[in-house]
Amino acid sequence: MTTRSTPNTSKPARKAHDDPKRSQWNFRLYVAGATPRSLTAFENLEKICKEHLTGQYHIEVVDLLKEPAVARRDQIVALPTLVRKLPPPVRRIIGDLSNKERVLIVLDLSSQT
Amino acid sequence: MRNKTTAPRSKPNRNSIGLEKCRTGIPGMDDLTDGGLPRGRPTLVCGGAGCGKTLLGMEFVIHGITDFGEPGVFMSFEETEEELAQNMASLGFDLPALVRQKKLDIDYVRIERSEIEETGEYDLEGLFVRLGALIDELGAKRVVLDTIEALFAGLPNEAILRAELRRLFRWLKDRGVTTIITGERGDNTLTRYGLEEYVSDCVIVLDHRVREQIATRRLRVVKYRGSKHGTNECPVLIDEHGLCVLPISSLRLDYPVTQKRVSSGIQPLDAMLGGKGYYWGSSILVSGGAGSGKSSLATAFVDGICREGLKCVYVSFEESPDQVARNMASIGFDLNKWVKQGRLMFHSMRSTASGLEMHLANIVKMVQQFHPDGIVIDPVTNLISVGKGEEIKEMLTRVIDYLKSKSITSLFTSLTLADSPAEQSEVGISSLMDTWLLLRIIESANERNRILYVLKSRGMAHSNQMREFLLTDNGIKLCNPYLGAGAVLTGSARLVQETKDREQMLKEQQSVDHRCRELAAERLTLEAQMEALKLRRIALQEESKLAETDAQLHQEQTRQDQKQLSISRKAD
Repeated sequence: MTTRSTPNTSKPARKAHDDPKRSQWNFRLYVAGATPRSLTAFENLEKICKEHLTGQYHIEVVDLLKEPAVARRDQIVALPTLVRKLPPPVRRIIGDLSNKERVLIVLDLSSQT
Repeated sequence: MRNKTTAPRSKPNRNSIGLEKCRTGIPGMDDLTDGGLPRGRPTLVCGGAGCGKTLLGMEFVIHGITDFGEPGVFMSFEETEEELAQNMASLGFDLPALVRQKKLDIDYVRIERSEIEETGEYDLEGLFVRLGALIDELGAKRVVLDTIEALFAGLPNEAILRAELRRLFRWLKDRGVTTIITGERGDNTLTRYGLEEYVSDCVIVLDHRVREQIATRRLRVVKYRGSKHGTNECPVLIDEHGLCVLPISSLRLDYPVTQKRVSSGIQPLDAMLGGKGYYWGSSILVSGGAGSGKSSLATAFVDGICREGLKCVYVSFEESPDQVARNMASIGFDLNKWVKQGRLMFHSMRSTASGLEMHLANIVKMVQQFHPDGIVIDPVTNLISVGKGEEIKEMLTRVIDYLKSKSITSLFTSLTLADSPAEQSEVGISSLMDTWLLLRIIESANERNRILYVLKSRGMAHSNQMREFLLTDNGIKLCNPYLGAGAVLTGSARLVQETKDREQMLKEQQSVDHRCRELAAERLTLEAQMEALKLRRIALQEESKLAETDAQLHQEQTRQDQKQLSISRKAD
């Protein structure tokens, strides 16, 4: 909880903290083909989930090259984009998730061990 | 991107090999850019808020669909599909219909900075995918990105964005779509984030300026690689039909001329103008003080044109159409008849309702829609309230050049102030005019009378006479003023003088008659006397003859008597 100083992470943190065990962690990762950056993002995400959310997460990978219409439907601009669908609220992260500290703060995982 | 050398320079003719153009279909825009935007390349349209960037982009796509059969994609970063559809519906464009026909697609890209966190390297491939999918789906030839700069506000890491935008524009070029990219105007740069650095083929700047509380939109082609283009600022009009660019700043003196004439609507005035009236396509100035009959003279011109079955536009800055029609009916001109027959178009507007450019634009638009043969602008001096002398002169120069290039005869009225010299038009446009009629009011003997004369008329032998100008129930009459006894008299003074002259003449005539009669009488008397004397002479002759005979008879008698006597006396 010490790193949770930025105001935009305080609200979701409280919710997750209220009932962390029952939260279903549901991620969707948007990529365009198996580019090195897509792979890096996926690897980073999986590593973080394994470390912090063992057995409680689900990752869905959407390849926009195969489903281009999804990009419009889900308002995707930058890639890779990671969307945390659950627990609410929905959060969006762009980039290859290499800044692990930042990912943890944004996804409010720093309290999960 | 600046080192591209593909654009061939100095190929001004659009028909020659070189740059292929993509017509925008926006009135005036294609003239200005000599055929349209560079096909298959991005064009940057930048300007401040409310200057018409989105509209320009949207019209580019819509005209592409409706006029040229080229489907288009509109990617909006600021307005949603619904908002755009509503906004465009007010200008008569039915976006949802075009979308249903699969000719158009509007993609609203929503980026909210507060909802996006950056955690490492990223690219804009998502945007590429979206755009690529839409282009493929519609077979789009035209793309608008409005305003892509929203990305800078929505996404962190400017370095990545810049690299990605560079890639995007390159990609669009490779796909061969003609693209308009809009951008907000920056403080010292064309766009806030320096997009002009990436889009170097064609840059158009829109401007929305307010001067003297009157706003005017303007457009300028800053740069157009490989093509000639107008470089001046052109007024942009947004009306119920959308955007309209007016590339009429080009001052060319190469308009065609003709020997054809057009009647002034007043026969005696035609006679004063070399017998045939104004030159076809010339510009005429009618100047005069308040109430000197300028509008009436203008109306006579309108009426003359309509009578010949031609078309005319009447721009009034002072009166409403009904008022003009009513007032002119009082001097025998039925303008409503011409309106009903579609030969006359009225345009009444307060001069303060819009800027000079807008007035100019309106005139040009009317000409383009109505195709008149003549136009009246009454009065140009009212424009002083919305512009300075030089600006008005410049604007009128453009109007005149434009009208001349279309061979439209134009008549301008100009109000001269009471204390200014009559031979000085208020807005200094007299040198632009081919024919200048001056109306003056002469005050004498407690009344004001109108005088008309031709101050100048290029290229024709015109009268040097001042004529009295009368407004009667049956139209305009030109009288010869009284030119006797060393004075020019008008109005009742003229009438009085004419009556006096008539009386004088009558008197003279009478005295001559009298004298003649006297002489005749005398002659008759003399003749009678002569006759009497003649008779007397005859009588005397007779008498003398008689006397002679008597004498002879007497002598004979005497002789016989003596004979008898001597016989009786038996003398020998």
